[in-house]
Amino acid sequence: MPKRLPPKDVAIIGLGWTASILANELTNAGLDVVAVERGPWRNTATDFSISYMQDELRYRIQHELFLRPAQMSVTFRNNASQTALPVRNWGAFMLGNGVGGAGVHWNAETWRFLPSDFVTKSHLTQRYGANFLPADMTVQDWGVTYDDLEPHYDEFEYLCGTSGQAGNLKGAIQNGGNPFEGARSRPYPTPPMKQGYGHTLFADAAKQLGYKPFPQPSGNLSQAYTNPLGVSLGQCTFCGFCEWFGCANYSKASPQTTILPVLLRKSNFEARTQCEVTRINVDSTGKRATGITYVDTSGEEFEQPADLVLLCAFQVFNVQLLLISGIGTPYDPQTGNGQIGRNFTHQTVSAALGFFDKDKYNFNPFVSAGSIGMCIDEFNGDNFDHGPLGFVGGGYIGQVQTNGRPIQITALPPDTPTWGSKWKQALKDNYLSTINCGAACHGSFYAYRDTYLDLDPTYKDRFGRPLMRMTIDLHDNEIKMSAFLTDKYAEILQKMGAKQVVKQPRKGPYDVTAYQTSHLCGGAIMGDNPRNSAVNRYLQSWDVPNLFVIGASAFPQNAGYNPTGTVGALAFWTAAAIRSQYLKSPGPLVHA
Amino acid sequence: MYRTNRRRLLGSSAVLLLLGSRIARATIIKGGLPWTPGAADPPTAVIPGGWKYFTPQEAATVEAFVDRLIPTDNLSPGGKDSGCAVYIDRQLAGPPGRLEGFYMSGPFQNGTKQQGLQSPVTPAQHYRKALAAFDTACRAKFGSRPFVDLTDAQKDDAIKGLEDGSLKLDGVDSQEFFKLILTDTQTGFLADPIYGGNRDMVSWKMIGFPGAHYDYRDWIDRHNERIPLPPVGISNHPNWSQ
Repeated sequence: MPKRLPPKDVAIIGLGWTASILANELTNAGLDVVAVERGPWRNTATDFSISYMQDELRYRIQHELFLRPAQMSVTFRNNASQTALPVRNWGAFMLGNGVGGAGVHWNAETWRFLPSDFVTKSHLTQRYGANFLPADMTVQDWGVTYDDLEPHYDEFEYLCGTSGQAGNLKGAIQNGGNPFEGARSRPYPTPPMKQGYGHTLFADAAKQLGYKPFPQPSGNLSQAYTNPLGVSLGQCTFCGFCEWFGCANYSKASPQTTILPVLLRKSNFEARTQCEVTRINVDSTGKRATGITYVDTSGEEFEQPADLVLLCAFQVFNVQLLLISGIGTPYDPQTGNGQIGRNFTHQTVSAALGFFDKDKYNFNPFVSAGSIGMCIDEFNGDNFDHGPLGFVGGGYIGQVQTNGRPIQITALPPDTPTWGSKWKQALKDNYLSTINCGAACHGSFYAYRDTYLDLDPTYKDRFGRPLMRMTIDLHDNEIKMSAFLTDKYAEILQKMGAKQVVKQPRKGPYDVTAYQTSHLCGGAIMGDNPRNSAVNRYLQSWDVPNLFVIGASAFPQNAGYNPTGTVGALAFWTAAAIRSQYLKSPGPLVHA
Repeated sequence: MYRTNRRRLLGSSAVLLLLGSRIARATIIKGGLPWTPGAADPPTAVIPGGWKYFTPQEAATVEAFVDRLIPTDNLSPGGKDSGCAVYIDRQLAGPPGRLEGFYMSGPFQNGTKQQGLQSPVTPAQHYRKALAAFDTACRAKFGSRPFVDLTDAQKDDAIKGLEDGSLKLDGVDSQEFFKLILTDTQTGFLADPIYGGNRDMVSWKMIGFPGAHYDYRDWIDRHNERIPLPPVGISNHPNWSQ
């Protein structure tokens, strides 16, 4: 029998970005909050030490900071006719672990989605007609609008100190910013980052081609900043060890550098680490969560009763805990019924390699940062006419190369021998003069009827619980879009002066071994009624109203941007709804 | 306390449960940021000398092999002198050699290329079997002479045979083994010297990577200039030991 602990007002599963934001907001409201985190405590001084964090082998190649598949993995197949097999070592995506979650190892590219992204289905149908979308595409509207979320994007950016140049200030287009972005209520909290040679050259070439390049919004800070909670971040030093690494310099926005120092001082907050939540408990009606059950590292099981449960794990584990706990109806791809597991999406990234004359170009690729870079947004979302193109969606395009770490970044011209003296010569000749940014084209990934999550029938975790089974492939729409974006990017590389450009458009089948961002989305999506979604517009479970499911699991489909800005905005949006509505009258916030 | 927990967690989860009673419980964090002196977890430096996994014969073969993958030339010392075999040996003797942290529950079934690694064979086992089979294959092809005794041209011929699959190995896919040893060799050559390869930062000097510097603020605006900083590693600087 699990040991039953004294009840709390709120039990939070996980302690990454969304959990930290919600915990801080709800402790401010006077609630007694506990967060239960699967991984270890992590902080800058001891875990991201400046004396050894710059270690590509340990952190990038061997994944030290990440969840180990031995502890929890997923299974994968391209389609329902295949047998899903376990992901034995991470490849296509990396799943975070420990306090701070993915907020520790991210690049901190802090984007907002376009206003039209929140009304994907109605916008595209209105502009192109209902028959323009592929028959099996299941995109839908979010149930919230950009205007709903704008104040909360703002909150997240001011929490993080995001460095950028506004492109649209209260409707007025600003020089040097992204002219396609939704209106923002005030400028970014800090000015844009300085840019390296390759990034600047990209912007010059893009301008010559008639585009409007702008600096990527960055959570690696251009200058020191103290956020509204009183927590200070330092200036980014362009060390080039950002994504996959913790920041040793307190200059990457993360829960550690923005919230935790304040949150952990509060007497009404407690974190329990190395504790894996095994299920959300519901009462006999199935309509009310009574708390959570977790296991600590000694194997002892605890039951934590709570009035309110917030599911704040990573996307795929949010969906897994719902299914394991029997909350909601599992999605059935045959009938299209059921909500838990549907509209699972990822990101469609692609790139091209640009090889430049080594005697003329020295990019110093190691002078870089996670969210440095210059971008264009002409081909994102519905910023361009898709009518003649035969696909929907898009992505930003940019020179966003984050590093010059030699094991990972080494790209050589095709036909270079893979070993021997010629290999060495090519390595020497190309290392400083090659543009190799893996996610130069950051494409959307729309939802399809046959792309979903469910419980694997064969493979289990260490507690005997089924792993999540991913059934996912790239569809023609995304493959066409990726080819289109890659062509546009390659044109800019040519204009920059590359002597050789090698296009790498994303092609099918979806490959779980090839890294393509960790932006897994959907599976417990938000919407305007319980027939098309797992959670309502406030991320409250339609089935269990004292459970909120927060994160990218709520995205009905993924847009052509990094998701964390929107995840952060949704967390603040949910926190506001709980504080202003739910606590006054606990129960469903939307009656359907 | 954190250190113990983290190190345990990186290990096999089954071990975790079996040894459960000896392991510190969940950490409860309350009242402020916890900080434990001495809790940092720096890497352990490889000390060259001797072999931790390879037999002397295997080590000789691997040293000769990595010295052809990365030959000594006017650009840098070769794979042997830059420590690539030592790097591979220490990796195979440590957690990576036994795929620690990987999901290793069965059933093991062959899948599609897109489903990735599905073999229960660890890199340590893979090397042991492949090196023995490679030795046999070389002796059969080159008049009873083992790989280490071949001329450079013959060694390259044998390696090309693995790369294109024409040199068959008994019970081992020769192309898979080639990919494994090539990746490991080049990784060791380019990784921080603390892991045994890239001795004296020879590869970083060759390509112009300054290593583990932490602050390039003075350089972000200096476009298209060669940065004259000599490389530095996690543990030291090549000049410090000379």
